[in-house]
Amino acid sequence: MTPSTIELVVTEDDRRIARYAAAAIALTVAEAALPSPLPGVKPGLANIIVLVVLMRYGWRDAAWVSVLRVLAGGLLLGQLFAPGFFLALAGAAGSLAVLAVAVHLPRCWFGAVAISVLAAFAHIGGQLLLARLWLVPHDGVFYLVPVFATAALVFGTVNGLVAARLLAAAALSPGPAPPESA
Amino acid sequence: MKDRLPDDLRALFNAAWRGGEAARAWHQELKAGDWLVLLLGSIAVACSCALLWRGGVADRAIVQRDGKTVVELSLDSARKVPVDGALGVTVIEVQPGRARVLSDPGPRQYCVQQGWLTRAGAVAICAPSHITLQLNGGNGGKAGYDSLNY
Repeated sequence: MTPSTIELVVTEDDRRIARYAAAAIALTVAEAALPSPLPGVKPGLANIIVLVVLMRYGWRDAAWVSVLRVLAGGLLLGQLFAPGFFLALAGAAGSLAVLAVAVHLPRCWFGAVAISVLAAFAHIGGQLLLARLWLVPHDGVFYLVPVFATAALVFGTVNGLVAARLLAAAALSPGPAPPESA
Repeated sequence: MKDRLPDDLRALFNAAWRGGEAARAWHQELKAGDWLVLLLGSIAVACSCALLWRGGVADRAIVQRDGKTVVELSLDSARKVPVDGALGVTVIEVQPGRARVLSDPGPRQYCVQQGWLTRAGAVAICAPSHITLQLNGGNGGKAGYDSLNY
């Protein structure tokens, strides 16, 4: 084999992000098999991974994992560039925007659940905004707000609890302490 | 080196799983700010339900003769309003949140027997008198139909 002239340097950061993204993608694919009463009402299990990454390594890593998850999830499910893909992207963008702020909340008062619920509401906010602007240009979509908001509250809480449990375990597990995130 | 990585998820899940029984109850994972966010989130959900799904409440009664509005009554205070119809005087009664045709000179009294109207879009028609009583709701006065004509 001809040796490549381009050498890609894989840093420790890249490996870590790839691992977490792989876990998030696996959860996305597993979740796609679950039946849903209404398109768009999904637990969003991959967000557990995004939360764990956010709280251990900061917003930049979380954004990488989230966007890679949406891209690769779209590829694997055959949804790339379909409306569902753009809705997922809008949701991810909305929640990342809120996470950028929420990550600065004082940790002694606010745990993973608060951040998770805020991100879940931002997620449906981003999705509804895109749906209103592009897919269903009628105010009728807002009649679904209570359904989506309830789902965001419930699944945001559950995902946050799981992430809190994982973070507690990570704090106890041996190994070098994660770098202080902003 | 590999097993020293702090982000080895398998180890993380294992630790979380093993610690499951000995560890704290789920509600102990919540901090004060978490409860606050959950409370605010619940309030937001309740408000969105109340705001968006309350469509059926009426707030105005519209009385028309031959398709032209004779009088518009707001449904917040009780009163009786006489309206001149084709046969004589029709009396409309309004109480907070509802309205009815109290009396009408028509022969069959269908609109009187209809009783109180409470929901937006409800209509009582006194055809012989050429009078209609119609309730409108808060969201732009939209009823379940497009138009009503005598």
